[in-house]
Amino acid sequence: MSTTTTNESGAGAPGRRKAPAGERVADWADGRLGIYSLAKANMRKIFPDHWSFMLGEVCLYSFVIIILTGVYLTLFFHPSMEEVVYHGPYVPMQGMRMSEAFASTLNISFDVRGGLLIRQIHHWAALIFLAGMFVHMMRVFFTGAFRKPREVNWLFGFLLFVLGMFTGFTGYSLPDDLLSGTGVRFMEGAILSVPIIGTYISMFLFGGEFPGSDFVPRFFSIHVLLLPGIMLGLLVAHLILVIYHKHTQFPGPGRTNKNVVGLPLMPVYMAKAGGFFFLVFGIIAAIAAIASINPIWAIGPYRPDQVSTGAQPDWYMGFAEGLIRVMPGWEINLWGHTLVLGVFIPLVIFPLVLGAIAVWPFIESWVTGDKREHHLLDRPRNAPTRTAFGAAWIAAYFVMLVGGGNDLWATHFHLSINAITWFVRIGFFVIPVLTFIATRRVCMGLQRRDRDKVLHGRESGIIKRLPHGEFVEVHEPLSQEQLHTLTAHEQPKPLELEPEFDENGVARKAGAGRRLRVKLSKGFYGDGTQIPKATREEYEEITSGHGHH
Amino acid sequence: MKKLSARRRHPLAAVVVLLFALAVTGGLYAAFAPADTAKADGTAQSLAIEEGKKLYSVGCASCHGTGGQGTSDGPSLVGVGAAAVDFQVRTGRMPLQQQGAQAPRKKAIYSQAQTDQIAAYIASLGAGPSVPTKDQYSPDGADIAKGGELFRTNCAQCHNFTGKGGALSNGKYAPDLTDVNPKHIYEAMQTGPQNMPSFPDTTMSEKNKKDIIAYLDTVNSSKSESPGGLELGGLGPVSEGLFAWIFGLGALIAVAIWVAAHTAKAKKS
Repeated sequence: MSTTTTNESGAGAPGRRKAPAGERVADWADGRLGIYSLAKANMRKIFPDHWSFMLGEVCLYSFVIIILTGVYLTLFFHPSMEEVVYHGPYVPMQGMRMSEAFASTLNISFDVRGGLLIRQIHHWAALIFLAGMFVHMMRVFFTGAFRKPREVNWLFGFLLFVLGMFTGFTGYSLPDDLLSGTGVRFMEGAILSVPIIGTYISMFLFGGEFPGSDFVPRFFSIHVLLLPGIMLGLLVAHLILVIYHKHTQFPGPGRTNKNVVGLPLMPVYMAKAGGFFFLVFGIIAAIAAIASINPIWAIGPYRPDQVSTGAQPDWYMGFAEGLIRVMPGWEINLWGHTLVLGVFIPLVIFPLVLGAIAVWPFIESWVTGDKREHHLLDRPRNAPTRTAFGAAWIAAYFVMLVGGGNDLWATHFHLSINAITWFVRIGFFVIPVLTFIATRRVCMGLQRRDRDKVLHGRESGIIKRLPHGEFVEVHEPLSQEQLHTLTAHEQPKPLELEPEFDENGVARKAGAGRRLRVKLSKGFYGDGTQIPKATREEYEEITSGHGHH
Repeated sequence: MKKLSARRRHPLAAVVVLLFALAVTGGLYAAFAPADTAKADGTAQSLAIEEGKKLYSVGCASCHGTGGQGTSDGPSLVGVGAAAVDFQVRTGRMPLQQQGAQAPRKKAIYSQAQTDQIAAYIASLGAGPSVPTKDQYSPDGADIAKGGELFRTNCAQCHNFTGKGGALSNGKYAPDLTDVNPKHIYEAMQTGPQNMPSFPDTTMSEKNKKDIIAYLDTVNSSKSESPGGLELGGLGPVSEGLFAWIFGLGALIAVAIWVAAHTAKAKKS
């Protein structure tokens, strides 16, 4: 009887059907967590649809995959540099002395069920995570999505990329194999090259002389706890800001700076995102099942007296490798001290290269004096200076990557490694400049094409012969939507210096900062940096029938 | 026996023993080293040298000089030994196609028999390492792990962790060692061809060479296993990075485009 009573009270008024189980669970949770108001505010959040907006999702999901697989790996990995003798199943290592870290990685690879697959998923996902962040960052950069109010989120994302690099580096060093040991040695060399404090930092980091017996356990804490912890925090902040700012969107009919056109988070976007997670996981798992990564059994345990050719870091540290490989081996000896410029200068350039892209939003907003909020994205061609700068930065980055792999370029393309090194040395300065000029010209060409399309329509490929014998190509006029999309962007005017004397004839002094700003602004938006977009008058004149094109 | 032991101090006993010993050694020699074959061998050897000299004057003399003394285009071959000839000619590095940073490996032009003849001729110019026998270079019974350690200590600087090759200065290179005949690896270590230093038996014992060959045979031949899947050239992070960008991120972007293209569109007005 008592059950009946409960049922009746739960179902409310007699005659009404009992609420579905899901609703009752949600009710229960709402009474304790207050999820209804949270959900109401966020579940209908709109996300615009474009494939490039899913690059961030690729990063998020690969990060989740890295954490999941990483937890599994910690169950079997021994972060210790205690020396042991290997007696496992891999014959070419039997009887070798190695650190426990290396032995346990061999154990994960050959004895733990699924261990090798999980290790490979972890490592492939890391490479893809960093590559995804790189491309995501470039998407944000080239579309101008970093503009107000999103500058802070741009910095969060940038920090995630840099922290990802170092988390990757410390993880790559953990197995204590000959390849990563060489990388750690490289890092030690870079630290030692810092004047005055280098030796102290190195002794502190490695607990004495390199390699000592401390760096694996220390890198382990940094790799599994410190850096991922910070990254997780930043990631949450990054996502909260995305929701708070709302997503940007490409210009189009009905899309303004004040709305977001897209699909609601619940249920459509949630379903798509959930499905996409499994697609990402599936692809990474398939790659890990197909292709080998970091086969430490073939590389061997680290010994400071051994080194191999072809010792490179994972790709995201490749440009640092390139900097050091192409830098001439300069050094200065003074008063019994050595300043190793050949290592120290690359160490200084390393953060400068990264920082150059990070500070761009602030430089751009200072130069242009644009303090407005932007929720509509730029098409890269419509911001030629920014696009050219981004392309030049990528060019410098990739030139350095070539430098980092100079030996493989030499052997696989039958070139001289010295020639490649010189190419990179010169290219580091010249190629970004050439890329800048070329990209700006390409952007202008595309703007010209847009203008042409707006005024004259799309080339239809149909050739018509006029009665008097002339051949013309029939141009199809664009739809209203297309016309809007091609002309929605604004074309800013460059700043002007105020006249030397104001209206009362009093001399006005423009500071050096102001003058530099005006100069840069002219470089951004001045003559020859943008093609005037088609105006309504021009369009009307041509389409009214008088214009003969 | 008593009779014999009684006469063991006879003045002629020593002479008898000596005669007996001589007879035994002579008999054994006659049995095991027939004089005829020895004589024939000698003839074959000088015949090989003759033939080798002919081949040499046609194919090699233009650079190495008519007597192997070397010219401005090629080094002296006096004392390089038969092993060097066998390596250079049988791997196709010699005769040289053109002057360059380094002689590349190519299809061998001379047959093994012809090579042996040239080798015999070069060996006759001055003493040098001879061609190793099969039990010297065969990987059977060698210590693979030891070989790996030796390889990483002595060879990996130029040839990469598992012998996939690497670059040297100005277009020179340490070649890929995949599936190289163990005999040629042995000869290369012995003679130090091209830009390679030599590792004579005094530096690296015969056994150690065998260990290295066994290691390469295990990790870098067409029959070696790659437990992790595709090896991607065994070149380390550069090829892995390329693979991650092109196939990893490439596939993910393709999928993202596909997902974005198949959207649940609200009815279009």
